[in-house]
Amino acid sequence: MISLAGQANMQKGRRGSDRGGNQKIFGTALLKRGFAHMQKHGVIMDVTDLKQAHIAEDAGAVAVMVLDKLPYDVRQAGGVARTAGLNIIDEILEAVTIPVMAKCRIGHTVEASVLQEIGVDMIDESEVLTPADEDRHIWKWDFTTPFVDGARDLGEALRRIEEGASMIRTKGEPGTGNVAEAVKHIRVIDNDVARIRVFYEREDFQEMERLAHGLNVSLELLQETAKLGRLPVVNFAAGGITTPADAALMLNLGCDGIFVGSGIFKSDDPLERARSIVLSTTFHDRPEVVVEAQKMIDEGKSMLGLDTSNLVLRMQDRGKV
Amino acid sequence: MTHPVSPLIIGVLGFQGDIEEHLLSTESAFKKASIKGHTLRVRERADLSKIHALIIPGGESTVIGGMLLGRSMVKELSDRLMDGLPTMGTCAGLIFLAKRVYDRVVGDMNQPSLGVLDVLVERNAFGRQRQSFQAEFDIPRYGLSGFNGTFIRSPVIKEVGPHVDVLAKLGDDVIAVQQGNILATAFHPELSMSSIFHEELIKMASSLNQ
Repeated sequence: MISLAGQANMQKGRRGSDRGGNQKIFGTALLKRGFAHMQKHGVIMDVTDLKQAHIAEDAGAVAVMVLDKLPYDVRQAGGVARTAGLNIIDEILEAVTIPVMAKCRIGHTVEASVLQEIGVDMIDESEVLTPADEDRHIWKWDFTTPFVDGARDLGEALRRIEEGASMIRTKGEPGTGNVAEAVKHIRVIDNDVARIRVFYEREDFQEMERLAHGLNVSLELLQETAKLGRLPVVNFAAGGITTPADAALMLNLGCDGIFVGSGIFKSDDPLERARSIVLSTTFHDRPEVVVEAQKMIDEGKSMLGLDTSNLVLRMQDRGKV
Repeated sequence: MTHPVSPLIIGVLGFQGDIEEHLLSTESAFKKASIKGHTLRVRERADLSKIHALIIPGGESTVIGGMLLGRSMVKELSDRLMDGLPTMGTCAGLIFLAKRVYDRVVGDMNQPSLGVLDVLVERNAFGRQRQSFQAEFDIPRYGLSGFNGTFIRSPVIKEVGPHVDVLAKLGDDVIAVQQGNILATAFHPELSMSSIFHEELIKMASSLNQ
């Protein structure tokens, strides 16, 4: 069984029946979180066109994430970044058999509805795009399609779950080729969970209540998290993953899988790189296989990357409410 | 093929997918069936000779198949299946065991497959994630009615061969079958409250191990 903590009352799913008259329920928390569970131990790859989507699928991506520009190019281009063109998403939906995901702007309910309507399998409410609402995220319980949201700490993660996110990913600092921020965010979430676990084990519910209040989340969800000793939904790493070693590092830190954005298609050896990252994700705890994966790539062909300490645009600061 | 000796070890093919959910369901099935045993996450050829049964989990069949091919495990696994290794495939696992597979959208697939289960499977038969659903159905063989199945981008069995028993149907669609020591479901028993399928697999493995 998977955890169903933090559901809003209204999440009972949508009833319907098929042509044969079978009664079915769609869009329950179990179906949405269950979909995320099927992605575990996998690599979700950012793609901008059909050619890249085919390379990703052939290399063993568990899903593709369609966007208009790779995060690195979003940084270079400036201006407003919006959801990808629907023609491209449609083209990819028709051509690959693995799940297809797409990004919408934080708080942009209509972009999300459009993505649900054309049939993407998961929607990423993403800080890589320019936020449409500075104060609130999408109320994701209203959707049948599952969502993934970014988080930098436990409070952000649990607030997104209570809004209906079925999966969490670290924000990291996208488009930099620098994994440092993703490492920081996963460590922060881990330490936050360890801290609440102490109060939970002491049965100090006064302190639990105070912490829940401070994080602006329900006591029930905080307790479930403490009890599980981890986030109650699937948690992937994202932001700056560039090499097989980066991928293995994130899994060794306890992530359930990874997103790779610019790291693959901003390198000079995308197919080999994609394959090697998939291999080291599966065998992250076997150093001899990580070596094999790391030998498949040439460091000279890695994206150059950016130092994250003096960036003009810090995407991770978006949507922290 | 040398047969491993006790205690019972149930392997879960551990490349990608909901591996942990199957490990947990197997642990609870051990308790329910009062049979002693361990679980093993199978990722290497050497692991295949240690196990008394194998579970192929839900996930992406193309990813699991590619990895099995890449780690040169296909022949070894096929041999063990031919040899009667009790095996259960759920969702992607069903696709991977089937003799014939096509995709609802892109048609014929040339993805690697073990081809041991005599069925024709349609991938993504109900559509994309938006059409994923929960539904109730009966499993007469296990004396269950109203079993709540979770279908996530689920395949469906379109045709079954003469030696395949149908365990459950949803309307006209076949969603669970058994062929000798092979169990396969289109839905995810590991996401349900019941560990009945895992218990059946353990019992099969246990009776062969005596």
